Amino acid sequence: MSPAARSGPGGGRVSGPPAVAPGAGAADRLSRLLAMVPWLLERQGVALDDAARHFAITTDQLVDDLELLFVCGAPGHMPDDLIEAEWESGRVYLGNADAISRPLRLGQDEALALLVGLRTLADLERPGGGQDAVVQSALAKLSAAAGDAAAAATSVQVDITAGADPGVLAVVRGALARGRRLHLRYLVATRDEVTERDVDPLDLATLDGRWYLQAWCHRSQGLRRFRLDRVLAADELETPAQPPADVADARFGDELFAPDERGPLVVLDLAPAARWVAESVPVEDVAELDAGGDGEPVLRVRLRVVDDAWLRRLVLRLGGAARVVSPPALAAEVAAAARAALAAAGEAPAAAREAPAGPARVDP
Amino acid sequence: MAAAERTERLLNLVIALLSTRRRLRKDQIRQAVPQYAAAATDEAFDRMFERDKEELRDLGVPLVTGSDEAWFEDEVGYRVDRDAWELPAVDVTPAELAVLGLASRVWQQASLAGPASRALVKLRALGVEPDESSLVGVEPRVRTTEPAFGPLYAATRDRAPVAFRYRTGATGVTARRRVEPWAITSCYGRWYLVGHDLDREAPRVFRLDRVASSVTRTGRPATAPVPEDLDARALVRGRTEQPAERTARVRLAGRAGAGLRLRAGAAPDAGVVDLPFADVDELAAEVAALGADAVVLEPPDLRDAVAAGLRAVLAAHDDAAAVAS
Repeated sequence: MSPAARSGPGGGRVSGPPAVAPGAGAADRLSRLLAMVPWLLERQGVALDDAARHFAITTDQLVDDLELLFVCGAPGHMPDDLIEAEWESGRVYLGNADAISRPLRLGQDEALALLVGLRTLADLERPGGGQDAVVQSALAKLSAAAGDAAAAATSVQVDITAGADPGVLAVVRGALARGRRLHLRYLVATRDEVTERDVDPLDLATLDGRWYLQAWCHRSQGLRRFRLDRVLAADELETPAQPPADVADARFGDELFAPDERGPLVVLDLAPAARWVAESVPVEDVAELDAGGDGEPVLRVRLRVVDDAWLRRLVLRLGGAARVVSPPALAAEVAAAARAALAAAGEAPAAAREAPAGPARVDP
Repeated sequence: MAAAERTERLLNLVIALLSTRRRLRKDQIRQAVPQYAAAATDEAFDRMFERDKEELRDLGVPLVTGSDEAWFEDEVGYRVDRDAWELPAVDVTPAELAVLGLASRVWQQASLAGPASRALVKLRALGVEPDESSLVGVEPRVRTTEPAFGPLYAATRDRAPVAFRYRTGATGVTARRRVEPWAITSCYGRWYLVGHDLDREAPRVFRLDRVASSVTRTGRPATAPVPEDLDARALVRGRTEQPAERTARVRLAGRAGAGLRLRAGAAPDAGVVDLPFADVDELAAEVAALGADAVVLEPPDLRDAVAAGLRAVLAAHDDAAAVAS
């Protein structure tokens, strides 16, 4: 089994750590403090636990925040200038924070991120669908609240409607909503074969405009991911979906796709044109190599590969943008496959150096 | 605890700039914020202050720069515009707040994750508890893995003209392009920049993963407005969904090439299939992946593209090839 097969027949990796940990960094923390102070001022005596829960942080983090507020204040920084904070009793009291008693407006990137997100959700809904009215009213209110910051939001768009056949999408969503089994005709691109199977749908997600179905597959008796653009036909069956109890709650975002530990380790060097590989298959680690001079930057990745044929196809498709560093036997296999393919096509293994470029070339 | 110290510094700076009616000169700011007083040199303070100013602007803090007094023209001062500070009252309902949470999670694995979650915290502080019961199923996610996304996103937001080296798909040739950005769009797993190409004097669409250099800003933000009838999405789709106007003839061994056979509407064991296609590069990659099992019979440019790709694979594995032969 290849890494791609393990992450579902589609080979798309949907889960993974966020690119930026929420709450990381001084700016994010400052932003939280500036949001928290007006909220606490209006709720003197609120329980520590309730306040922490409201801002989705731990009680310890909240106490850290209060300790920080406690040593900040107006210029002079004499005791009278500092913010007063009291929480010993388990209830929070705040004072002397008039300067920051009103909530701060949204920054440009902040407003833009939410507005673009809302428009993406609006695309997802059929007009008049259950969530549609709420998305539209949230859009209107946020646009008004964002003021000038909203202006740039129309210049960023996420088009998620291109990635799936509307007919297939409707059948899959219907089966999910009614809890029914699906029959799929599916192209397993990584193995280059068309398959027929019954699956119990569990979750539907769209990542980067591609749609993925997560389902219990009765053919392989396992949890699988399917790319909807490779579903050739989908039919809802009368049978109710009955996935095994231990996978019934599986959702995208769960870390189900750890690298396969059984396969041998393969080291690949990726030029910029092949960098997407590091994002779409589970890799053990990634290192940026120093290109030196004006060469292109190179990304070195290590991944476990059980199916050599899968890797060979991947490298052949990448046209030199990926290089197998080790094991040497696999690199030799890739080279031999390229050589054989050129021979089958009646092409020389290297472009003739003296031959003039251009239309004068005659095909054999 | 460098991060905590930095947060303290920023908070004290915000409070100092909010508490003043007159703009504060830099030397006054340095005195007002204890963490600045600790800066060893003027240069160290300048660097800190410049970075902090940018950070505050990113968070939405309305920073006002300039001079209050005509006779001190050279003395630049700073304060926060208190009238512009406040988040306007928004009566967000619990269901709307839940939808806003969903909207912020679109960016969870992308470069706007920080701003998206900060925005949500600000809205939650309005006091409403989200009601997630009305949410239905699907959570869209987008990623921003292209290194060019950050600078091109910022340039699009600021309408700043940029230059970068760009690899053209059909020829593989890299050339410098100068663009006035109009929009940045994610479609079918890729980010695209739509803008006015300053050398070709025409609208152009660029794939971000084909940007082959760093992005530099070449001038002040553009004053010419983005065309009102611009449909960036349609332009990008037009580019990705080029009509398959050409036909390729490919010889397939055995039952290989299941995907290609499907697209050609050919039998699972047909020896030669006719494939409609639009992008030479993309079909060439698919054919090359099948190795000796697929051979292009026509057209010649597709044949050449496959052969060029395979030769590049061979060249990249030169040492290994020597061992194998």
